[in-house]
Amino acid sequence: MIENRLQWCIGGAQGSGVDTSANIFSRACAEGGLWVAGKREYFSNIKGEHSYFVVRVDSKEVHALHDAIDMLATFDDETVARHFDEVVKGGALIYDSALVNKKIEDIPTLERRIREELAKRFPSSPPTIGTLIESCRSRGVHVCAVNYSSLLNVISSKTGEKRMSVLGRMVNVIAVAVSFALLKYDIADLKSSIDRIFGGKKNVAAMNGTAAEVAYEYVKGNFHEEIDCRLMKVPRGKGKRMLLNGNQAVALGKVAGGLRFQTYYPITPAADESTYLERYERFPMKGKDGARGSIVVLQTEDEIAAVTMAIGGALAGVRTATCTSGPGFSLMAEGIGWAGINEVPVVITNYQRAGPSTGMPTRHEQGDLKFSMYGGHGDFPRMVICSADMQECFYDANHAFNYAERYQMPVIHLIDKALANSTESVPYFDPSGMNIDRGLFMGDGTPFVLKEGEEYARFKFTENGISPRIPVGTPGAVFWNTGDEHTEIGHITEDPVLRNMMMEKRMGKLDLALKEIPADEQYHYFGDDKPDLLVVSWGSTKGAILEAVDGLRKEGKKIGFLQMRLILPFPAEKVREFAGRAGKIAVMEMNYVGQLADVIAEYTGIMAEFRVVKYNGRPITVDEARSSLRSILEGRSEKRVVLTHGA
Amino acid sequence: MALKLTDYRTEVHNDWCPGCGDFGILSAVQMALAETKLNLSDTVVVSGIGCSGKTPHYVNVTGIHTLHGRPLPFATGIKISNPGLNVVVVGGDGDGMGIGAGHFVAAGRRNVDMVYIIYDNGVYGLTKGQASPTLKLGTKTKGLIFPNMTSNINPLILAMACGYTFVARGYSFNVQHLKSIIKAAIDHRGTAFVDVLQPCPTYNDINSKEWYNGEDRSAENNGRPLPRVYTLESKGYDPNVNTDAGRDAETVMLDAFKYASEWGDSIPIGVFYRNEEIPTYGDRILERIPEYSALPPAKQRIGNGNRKPVADIEGYMDELSV
Ligand SMILES: Cc1ncc(C[n+]2csc(CCOP(=O)(O)OP(=O)(O)O)c2C)c(N)n1
Ligand code: SF4
Ligand SMILES: [Mg+2]
Repeated sequence: MIENRLQWCIGGAQGSGVDTSANIFSRACAEGGLWVAGKREYFSNIKGEHSYFVVRVDSKEVHALHDAIDMLATFDDETVARHFDEVVKGGALIYDSALVNKKIEDIPTLERRIREELAKRFPSSPPTIGTLIESCRSRGVHVCAVNYSSLLNVISSKTGEKRMSVLGRMVNVIAVAVSFALLKYDIADLKSSIDRIFGGKKNVAAMNGTAAEVAYEYVKGNFHEEIDCRLMKVPRGKGKRMLLNGNQAVALGKVAGGLRFQTYYPITPAADESTYLERYERFPMKGKDGARGSIVVLQTEDEIAAVTMAIGGALAGVRTATCTSGPGFSLMAEGIGWAGINEVPVVITNYQRAGPSTGMPTRHEQGDLKFSMYGGHGDFPRMVICSADMQECFYDANHAFNYAERYQMPVIHLIDKALANSTESVPYFDPSGMNIDRGLFMGDGTPFVLKEGEEYARFKFTENGISPRIPVGTPGAVFWNTGDEHTEIGHITEDPVLRNMMMEKRMGKLDLALKEIPADEQYHYFGDDKPDLLVVSWGSTKGAILEAVDGLRKEGKKIGFLQMRLILPFPAEKVREFAGRAGKIAVMEMNYVGQLADVIAEYTGIMAEFRVVKYNGRPITVDEARSSLRSILEGRSEKRVVLTHGA
Repeated sequence: MALKLTDYRTEVHNDWCPGCGDFGILSAVQMALAETKLNLSDTVVVSGIGCSGKTPHYVNVTGIHTLHGRPLPFATGIKISNPGLNVVVVGGDGDGMGIGAGHFVAAGRRNVDMVYIIYDNGVYGLTKGQASPTLKLGTKTKGLIFPNMTSNINPLILAMACGYTFVARGYSFNVQHLKSIIKAAIDHRGTAFVDVLQPCPTYNDINSKEWYNGEDRSAENNGRPLPRVYTLESKGYDPNVNTDAGRDAETVMLDAFKYASEWGDSIPIGVFYRNEEIPTYGDRILERIPEYSALPPAKQRIGNGNRKPVADIEGYMDELSV
């Protein structure tokens, strides 16, 4: 019997409430003191296509998923057809008993490839849902038939609700309640989770509560097999916890970090950040009763406007950001170059998704590393940083502003779909751990004084290349910006000598940044000092790699993990140092070519021996990380490893 | 000390071609700023790319010379962040209605309180005379190898369709008149669009100064030029929307469309349409954020003395708490 360690999955047609069920499930677990990490997978579609949510539950904090599913909760045919094979022996599959005769070939949204594979695998007669259920049962999976329509009838008679359109929505809660009944989890936590989620709508909460009870009792009375896992309340420590996704973590970091103007053009999976900010555009101020700060969130006509408008905000002295994803980020290239040559602190939050072009809009990839570093014409300074978990999303949102203002250049903050659409329970953030560093900025209370007869020069040559910056509208001063090469004052020049000086001033700021930024913000290192294998990675792979590395080290393997946080300027010396102490090197990342591996080669001359990549649009799992690293350690690996897990 | 016209000039060498209409626009802008007594530090001229885009370098207020087609969003970002600034946007016809056409439309819909002046020369000056969106179909300027294959747009009608609340046209060789239009544009609450007929002697020999002035029509006028350009004021035209007084937007716009469609032998300049009954974008923000006028983004402090965040996000975390 495995206690408080499981992976639960629910699936269904988009728009049928899968997210809500996962939310109810996750909250109920969290209410009972457990930790959860969940990911949402969905098509670029609003209604009808398959979507699913996997939630991992544990008694300790979790930040990644496994391959296998311990319990699969379904109320439609397609979810069974897509996921039945993922359920482990001893685990459980919940299904609608009315669907057993449904033929797989009659599920229209199922890809032809899957239909054909299933037909080949079960050749006797056209396979049905029943065939797949049987296959699970014969592997030792507990299958739990639920007659949804008869349960809905019971709920109808208990609540007096007769409308099928309303009752139909209860299938989600039924699936969750059946899951908890099988897991012997306390129904009280489920009901408080329901109350919280439907908080405002008392009737809806009450009806869902009744549905949960009916389903729970049904399982207790009719299902007597013992499944291999169980969930139980655990005592919770003192610290407060919250359940949130990456979009929200970044948004909260931006609010605390001083964002006051955000522009965006809608795109998945970035837009949720902006709409979240919009909802909370007025926020309370610390220690000032009733006083409100505010953020203007503006939906633009396109991403070119989004980035250039954001730059306008930054020129006015505001901490400004825009957030986008691949296609939009491509459109921003020219604007980012303008911010580079004009030394404007603007933050671009790029939620990477599977490219190229429209690619797979709702799927995961870390494909924009090189484009973030190199996109745009000419050489100009910019910084690229990347976050790997909820905490980093939050604090890095402020780091991005700090770097932008301190070094007066655009900062690209890389997030990805896996973070954006993952929901995790995490400890509360601590905004007092943030420092707001506006650099050489004469606004926000810092006095600006010009000597008598002195002319303000926005691009004044200084020892370290940083010129005092003022917002547009500073009394007594005017200045010029231009995307053309310019003089210290900001007027156009094509003088070759001045050109060199300006290029050197601007680009030199990158060396300064690399010198000044604390090591902890440049990279994290975990594991053995002199590892046989050094794994290098960036972004959301962190959770899976950390867990894999931990596991392998417990087996006695010597392994280290270098997580890159600062990509540009690239901490080449540090990477060389870690690499020098290691045996083999593997770079693990979610793109086709191995972009970080290329960058390491470019900056350090070190060719990582192994590239572990994944580009099927699904995030890396702990199992994938572990088994690929183990193969490398044991000398059984190809130089290029392509990971493929995921439905 | 009172500001003089010369205070609005810089010493930067002006590299426009001799005889270029841009000079007249520059003078009119400087005169309008001087007469409106706009503070140098609180005023910003934002430009696109083109010959016209160089304007800010010649005006002694803060000048932001942006990207081709993008001055409007840059300016919008500045103005929304700090509504206390006076924002004047300038750019070419290619900049504004070719590559920047999407922003042209969106700006009309937003109605941010600023001025937008287009230098309408029918050509892409700085890239050596290709056809701009205002050049008529079939026109062959000296810069073109073949006659223009694309129909023109009418900037005034386009602007009205997009929702601009002040739509005017000036002529760069009638500087006094243009100055008064720009002053009215500065006074207007909302986005004020001014299309300026701007001869480009280097590339556009069709819509030249001589043509606008009607020098080819002196035979009809006792040997004296018969100007094509005339002012709407001379016709007693009333551009103002005043719904209470029975002149609603539709009524005025229909009149304005009629005048705006005139071209050829008589070309009206002046204010075609003015509607202050539409809330500005700032007004719209204010509806949602009552603190916006006192504390717009640029006036908010974000950190306390210890550089710690002043925003309190505890309540947001409570909402997400489990
Ligand atoms: C993205 C981009 N494409 C092309 C150019 C080249 N370019 C410079 S100026 C210009 C046209 C300018 O025409 P217009 O906007 O009418 O201004 P004018 O020079 O006539 O004042 C073009 C196409 C550019 N700078 N940027
Ligand atoms: S090319 Fe035309 S628009 Fe440009 S400066 Fe010369 S005359 Fe003026
Ligand atoms: Mg032009």
